[in-house]
Amino acid sequence: MKNFILTIILGLPLLLPAQEDQHKAAGLPSVTIKNLNGENINTATLSNKGKPMIISFWALWCKPCIKELTTIADVYDEWVEETGVKLFAVSIDDARSSARVKPMVEGKGWEYEVLLDPNGDFKRAMNITVIPHTFLLDGNGNVVWQHASFSEGSELELIELVRKLNRGESLDAH
Amino acid sequence: MKKIYFPLSWLLLAACLQVSAQQLPGGQIHGNFELNAQYYTEDSAINAPEVNEQFMMNAYTNLIYTNGNFSAGVRYEAYLNPMLGFDKEYEGNGIPYRFASYRQGEFEITVGNFYDQFGNGLIFRAYEEKTLGIDNSIDGVRVKFEPWKGIVFKGLVGNQRYYWNKGDGIIRGVDAEFHLNDAFPKMENWKTKITLGGSAVSRFQKDDPTFKYKLPENVAAMAGRLEVVRGAFHVNGEYAYKMNDPSVLNNYIYKPGEALFLTGSYSRKGLGIILAGKRIDNMHFRSDRNVTGNPLTISYLPSLTRQHTYALAAFYPYSTQPKGEIGYFAEIDYIFRKNTALGGKYGTQVSASYSRVNAIEFKAIDETTALFKRGTLGYRSDFFKFGDEVYFSDFNIEITRKISKSWKLILNYLNLAYNQDVIEGHPGSPMVYANIGIADLTYKITEKHALRAELQQMLTRQDKGEWVQLLLEYTIAPRWFISVMDQYNYGNEQSDQRYHYYLGSLGYTKGPNRISLAWGRQREGILCVGGVCRAVPASNGLQISITSTF
Repeated sequence: MKNFILTIILGLPLLLPAQEDQHKAAGLPSVTIKNLNGENINTATLSNKGKPMIISFWALWCKPCIKELTTIADVYDEWVEETGVKLFAVSIDDARSSARVKPMVEGKGWEYEVLLDPNGDFKRAMNITVIPHTFLLDGNGNVVWQHASFSEGSELELIELVRKLNRGESLDAH
Repeated sequence: MKKIYFPLSWLLLAACLQVSAQQLPGGQIHGNFELNAQYYTEDSAINAPEVNEQFMMNAYTNLIYTNGNFSAGVRYEAYLNPMLGFDKEYEGNGIPYRFASYRQGEFEITVGNFYDQFGNGLIFRAYEEKTLGIDNSIDGVRVKFEPWKGIVFKGLVGNQRYYWNKGDGIIRGVDAEFHLNDAFPKMENWKTKITLGGSAVSRFQKDDPTFKYKLPENVAAMAGRLEVVRGAFHVNGEYAYKMNDPSVLNNYIYKPGEALFLTGSYSRKGLGIILAGKRIDNMHFRSDRNVTGNPLTISYLPSLTRQHTYALAAFYPYSTQPKGEIGYFAEIDYIFRKNTALGGKYGTQVSASYSRVNAIEFKAIDETTALFKRGTLGYRSDFFKFGDEVYFSDFNIEITRKISKSWKLILNYLNLAYNQDVIEGHPGSPMVYANIGIADLTYKITEKHALRAELQQMLTRQDKGEWVQLLLEYTIAPRWFISVMDQYNYGNEQSDQRYHYYLGSLGYTKGPNRISLAWGRQREGILCVGGVCRAVPASNGLQISITSTF
């Protein structure tokens, strides 16, 4: 086992430069999830016609997630109008509560594109550990920024990054 | 041999990836890391035991390599030793999960470990829930085949994970799903969207010749499902049937099992209504008939009740009784619009729900045979009849209102009935009736500084009596949070057991990396602080949690 850990430690530096070179060619993994009408959606095809997009993982049982999406919902119209950004809200609720997602989303009047990932396949492919977990993708579908957890005011950082993307600025500082 | 083999394979893998990343553009490695650890302090008052190891840790890391249609991954896990609340069987470290998968045309093939579910999971769901210590991944092969637009077939064969080993049984399953509107061009523009699905799963486990009765070696289960969407209406139903499957969990009775799961909803902007019902009868289905507890479940029988996250609301959570239960759930979500009398300046959201779960009817098969007698059919049960015994009921209403630019308020009231005897498996425990009130107030001090206060109170005469909780949380977006919390069991009948459960937490998040420390007492339950939620057992001490995604 010591050998094994040693190999990982030795192996990782070998891998990391390779990853960095390729980082800009990221794109989304190809996993089949559902939309609220029960239709299959391949996650690799998610796009926003060349504009930035936000993918936010949430669940009905996650208060901070609901808080994040409720907060953004208040300003979403303005965001879309100003930046053309689109938010995909991916619920990881399983069969216990996935049927409640649609009435709840409509009941709250959210205008996001809501997707269902009831067995966590997309969540796993995106390597998420805790939710809320939010990704920002550029117009080419590359993940350029991500953040776990939500606190009041975090949405301001997010929209600022979207604006930066639209201006063609680099997000490397993050 | 094994010890030499592992490092070599890793070096080879690393070398291959290095080469392929250069030769095949687009190849990437991503992964994550999670560590939860605690330094334990004995605290006999709250039943936090002395921990010989003093310090215990659960950690894992996933590495996934993807290149176009190909992906492969491994997960390293270490439980040194498993934290309190996790099964001792997890002790140790190693690689319990590795897979390779590719898509080509209409085929997708996966070998190694994978997770999947058929329909709602009634007869098959392999999944992971790390915070609960659940991982029943399949180790085997899976093929997905889409011969035609709108038609998806899945087939799989494998063993299930059992801590660091594999379950005794072999699982074979097939599933077919038809999206009629995609499959038939004539239906493409229909307003009604219809999806049909069917699945069959069978488990093979050798008979036990030392056992008094002959046990079925192949146990099959079948399920059919339907989903119909038209405008604001949405219906989803699934029925499952399982052949006789005598096991330690049903006292080796030979009755077949069945399950029905039905939901219907109506949603339009500002209004959502959902009605759901279910019935479960003798539906324990495992890949080993001799196993109890959480591992090796093949069927997933979700509970229909609402999952609460506020600490006192989640104090008495329901869990499905696979032996038999019948219940329903109804919820309404509504917005009082902006600039109306009830809506106020920003609108007010109201959500109310009711759920109830009873036992199914358990009737003796004849006058001379006792209920659940081993080697018999066990009992009879009228499909639509509610049994007399109440397992759980929950009425709750939640009001969310933004009062002004800087104030937000959530009010929550719950009325619960909780059959502790059945749900916790403690014969003789009482039926707990509780009323719970919660106020959650957020004050935005500046754009990025906010203070949140949670005040919760639970009134009950049973179990440990009344509780009150106060939580204060200060956040500086997007990076910092600090919180203090006290749960006080002021209404405990035993006046010397009116304990305080205090907990202080501090956390830092930068992008996808997060570290948090917490010190104090932890009551068993679900905890949500500083932006994330997880399930935790009773303990005292210093906790550390690190999560990262790359």
